[in-house]
Amino acid sequence: MKVGVLSLQGAVEEHLDMIRRCGFEAIKVKTIEDLEKVEKLIIPGGESTTIGKLARIYNLDEVIIKKGREGMPIYGTCAGMILLAKEIQDSRQIGFNLIDIVVERNAFGRQVDSFEVDLKIEGFAGEPFRAVFIRAPYIKKIGKEVKVLAKFNGKIIMAQQKNILVSSFHPELTDDLRVHQYFLDKNL
Amino acid sequence: MVEKGTYKLKKGLAEMLKGGVIMDVVSAEQAKIAEEAGAVAVMALERVPADIRAAGGVARMADPKIIKEIMNMVTIPVMAKARIGHFVEAQVLEALGVDYIDESEVLTPADENYHIDKNNFKVPFVCGARNLGEALRRIGEGAAMIRTKGEPGTGNIVEAVRHMRQVMGEIRILKNLPQEELMTKAKELGAPFELLQEVAQKGKLPVVNFAAGGIATPADAALMMQLGADGIFVGSGIFKSSDPKRTAKAIVEATTNYDNPEIIARVSEGLGEAMKGIEISQIAAAERMQDRGW
Repeated sequence: MKVGVLSLQGAVEEHLDMIRRCGFEAIKVKTIEDLEKVEKLIIPGGESTTIGKLARIYNLDEVIIKKGREGMPIYGTCAGMILLAKEIQDSRQIGFNLIDIVVERNAFGRQVDSFEVDLKIEGFAGEPFRAVFIRAPYIKKIGKEVKVLAKFNGKIIMAQQKNILVSSFHPELTDDLRVHQYFLDKNL
Repeated sequence: MVEKGTYKLKKGLAEMLKGGVIMDVVSAEQAKIAEEAGAVAVMALERVPADIRAAGGVARMADPKIIKEIMNMVTIPVMAKARIGHFVEAQVLEALGVDYIDESEVLTPADENYHIDKNNFKVPFVCGARNLGEALRRIGEGAAMIRTKGEPGTGNIVEAVRHMRQVMGEIRILKNLPQEELMTKAKELGAPFELLQEVAQKGKLPVVNFAAGGIATPADAALMMQLGADGIFVGSGIFKSSDPKRTAKAIVEATTNYDNPEIIARVSEGLGEAMKGIEISQIAAAERMQDRGW
């Protein structure tokens, strides 16, 4: 299976590396043609405003929305989660509306408030997951189709709606493959 | 347990900025233009480097009022510059809540012998470097991101190219050295041994490395990306050009598509005049910003 990482801006290499470590082929997705070659897609962390603008210029947003609606599994971390959302709180930014959530950007504060913490993720056996939050968003509201996978201090920070998976934190900045395995191995 | 200010978090923010453009801004209004053009972060300053050069005198940390106005205007990360060795300016910037501090040679150094002990701070630091030894010394002091120094405020890419080639070339040599030669190499470069060993093993710097100092056109940005930069700082190049909005957007697109000459050609078309620029040999040795710091 070929897995793509949207490569307009952000922590692309880290996701490519995680995908390869999970035993799959990983490619960068910069164009619509690249997107046609992959079965699953990761939208990485970065600046959601930058990635969103670039996706618009190259019409990648339309194709991602179409493929997401047709059932392509897509995982968004941090900025990726913001882009996949139905609504972005207090913002003129427009989400792809592939998952029925309202997100708030930089919701935990600025960089000095960025943090790491051990998390319990629904359905993950064994050790807690070391989650890295960088100027992270969280989910303020969810629709009834959305399943909550993890919370921190009562805030939803990981969720799934059918083929769409999102997290506020960055598993690609750790050595723990479990979130990527969950996304890649399972038939979402 | 919740941990803040860890080195992973400091490095991590820089990783999120990869493939992006960080723009120098001197007002909230410019910050908004930068954000709308697709900047991944802005650098809050009182004057852009070209104006610092023109004005002369002592260049210091920006007025906290300007920094706060910029922070309130945009949602992207805001960086600000402190003078080399001026750890109180850095404390002030941390108190203001900026997202990254640039301990920068663009400002007049406050200490000619010692850089800031950056491990002492929760907020991450970026520092300039002309070669691998300098980069590793800064990382040793706690810098979580490196950029080339180039020659700021000139609109002349030649020094940034020199510094990027120097760092990348030294890494390539290091990768092929046998273990027994590494300590002598560390001595030659004046680099911390453990960090040098890590670079030899991994074949890359342990932190993100951006290009800075002289980038004025979309092709300049793409050149630096092809030479191995992880992203781009543009100082005077945007707001000293004839059409800052378009120039900013064009540099963002060229940075993402650095390996696609058709796109670089398209965004470069009819951009108007880039900043005028200065030939490096016309700058007196004492006014070369890159020689500040050690």
